Amino acid sequence: MLGLVVPAILSGLTTGAVYALVALGLTLIYGVLHIINFAHGSLLMAALYVALVLNMRLGLDPYVALPIVVAVFFCAGYLLQRFVVDTFSHGRDANILLVTLALSIIIDNGALYLFTSNTRTVDVPYAFDMIEVGPAFIPLPKVVAFVAALVIAGLLWLVMRHTRLGAAIRAVAIEKRGAELMGIDVKHTYAMCFGIGTACVAAAACLLLPTFYVTPQVGYAFVLVAFTTVVLGGMGSLGGALVAGLLLGVVEALCGLFLGETLGQIGIFAAFILTLLFRPAGLFAPKVA
Amino acid sequence: MLEISGLKAGYGPVTILHDIAMSIEAGEIVAVLGSNGVGKTTLNNVISGIIKPRAGTLRFDGQDITGKRPRDIVAMGLAQVPEGRKIFPNLTVRENLELGAFRRAGRNRARNFERMCTIFPRLRERLKQRAGTLSGGEQQMLAIGRGLMSEPKLVILDEPSLGLSPLLVEEMFSLIQTINRDGLAVLLVEQNVVQSLAISKRTYVLEQGRFAIVGQSADVLNDPKLRQTYLGL
Ligand SMILES: Nc1ncnc2c1ncn2[C@@H]1O[C@H](COP(=O)(O)OP(=O)(O)OP(=O)(O)O)[C@@H](O)[C@H]1O
Ligand SMILES: [Mg+2]
Repeated sequence: MLGLVVPAILSGLTTGAVYALVALGLTLIYGVLHIINFAHGSLLMAALYVALVLNMRLGLDPYVALPIVVAVFFCAGYLLQRFVVDTFSHGRDANILLVTLALSIIIDNGALYLFTSNTRTVDVPYAFDMIEVGPAFIPLPKVVAFVAALVIAGLLWLVMRHTRLGAAIRAVAIEKRGAELMGIDVKHTYAMCFGIGTACVAAAACLLLPTFYVTPQVGYAFVLVAFTTVVLGGMGSLGGALVAGLLLGVVEALCGLFLGETLGQIGIFAAFILTLLFRPAGLFAPKVA
Repeated sequence: MLEISGLKAGYGPVTILHDIAMSIEAGEIVAVLGSNGVGKTTLNNVISGIIKPRAGTLRFDGQDITGKRPRDIVAMGLAQVPEGRKIFPNLTVRENLELGAFRRAGRNRARNFERMCTIFPRLRERLKQRAGTLSGGEQQMLAIGRGLMSEPKLVILDEPSLGLSPLLVEEMFSLIQTINRDGLAVLLVEQNVVQSLAISKRTYVLEQGRFAIVGQSADVLNDPKLRQTYLGL
């Protein structure tokens, strides 16, 4: 049994990196706009379909499609925030929740209409290639997802820490009026955040597609984990989301190992409940970025 | 430089400012005095474009700025150091200063940064410190430094002496004179009547949303109404 633990942990880390990527988008939007984006899972699903269609119609490999899908979803996220969420919510938080909820219903049903509820997958030649990592063999796409997710998280960190935009985002997150008086366009900054958050799920979708299936409901599985990750990592904390995502991936893998494959996610929700009971502010001190 | 006429502004059903007219010439220090809640901050925020006026026009540097967005007004060279400082507590002192040049004078950022460190040596010692951990006085210095990073032509200072010890208040007022000496126009919004009158050229006294006393600061100091209401003489 013990010989299986290390491979389970490694495999869990690869899943966890994708959880972290989805959660990074969610926590960034929460940390800056102070809203919970209920459409996050639906956007993940939509990105999976876009990558799927690019693969079926144009034969594009999901990894090749990644930059395209990310760019498209960044723009979509920007426009959604600027012209839909902001416009229809009239600046009231309760309305924002409803607008993102409405968006998710529209996207979900749009997908159902366009693609039916059939489960689909892509065929990639490397789907079953294995890579030897220490004592374990990990599917190649999972290794790619792990590395890419960490690289993207690193890029996000660089943008937040070392660019003008990143400084503006962190400023707007905590002192909107002060930022406005420096000439920072708050609405533009919000939309950039929404765009970046959406780009994160788009990247996650392309990394998932080679090993995962697509249905119009697939977003929910991830978004529940993502909410857990965001809370565990401390709402709004990017570093926290990364660590919490990896942690939850491992928890899930170990629960799967000891309780049986289908019960893996029990560990995630147990961790969630324990967090709420004992560390409601998250494992790490909550702070923006 | 700044001309305001017929200005009306308020929140929801309430009108706070009725028929405000004022002007600031290039290089002048102009004081706006008034007790709590008369609408001084409201006036500043209308000038900065944060609150849209209900009536009236604002012109800055020869251009109509009525209803313009804050970012455009900053870009034209009108900066505000707000009441309560509104610095970015989660960012370092350096980052706070650099964001002051977000919309304007970005090219001269390094030079102005150096200048701010010279004017405010206490900030230089704390460049890597999170701004939220600065003392109140240091935060006020930072807020002013950040405001000056955009090389404004006119800067609005909203109660810069609020919450400072008497010694620091003195320092603050002499600092305002220093930054004004380089030709920067200052709109000084204050409750510190005596010192504000001493360093400003002209003064407007705001009462119930209207300017009750307007004139050269030296004359305003001798105005019997002012002496009675604000100085208790
Ligand atoms: N956002 C707002 N919504 C509604 N009313 C407001 C708002 N901001 C200010 N007011 C009201 O407008 C009036 C003027 O406020 P303002 O902040 O302009 O006063 P002030 O002269 O700056 O006072 P102080 O010297 O205390 O800073 C006050 O009665 C205040 O309650
Ligand atoms: Mg005020």
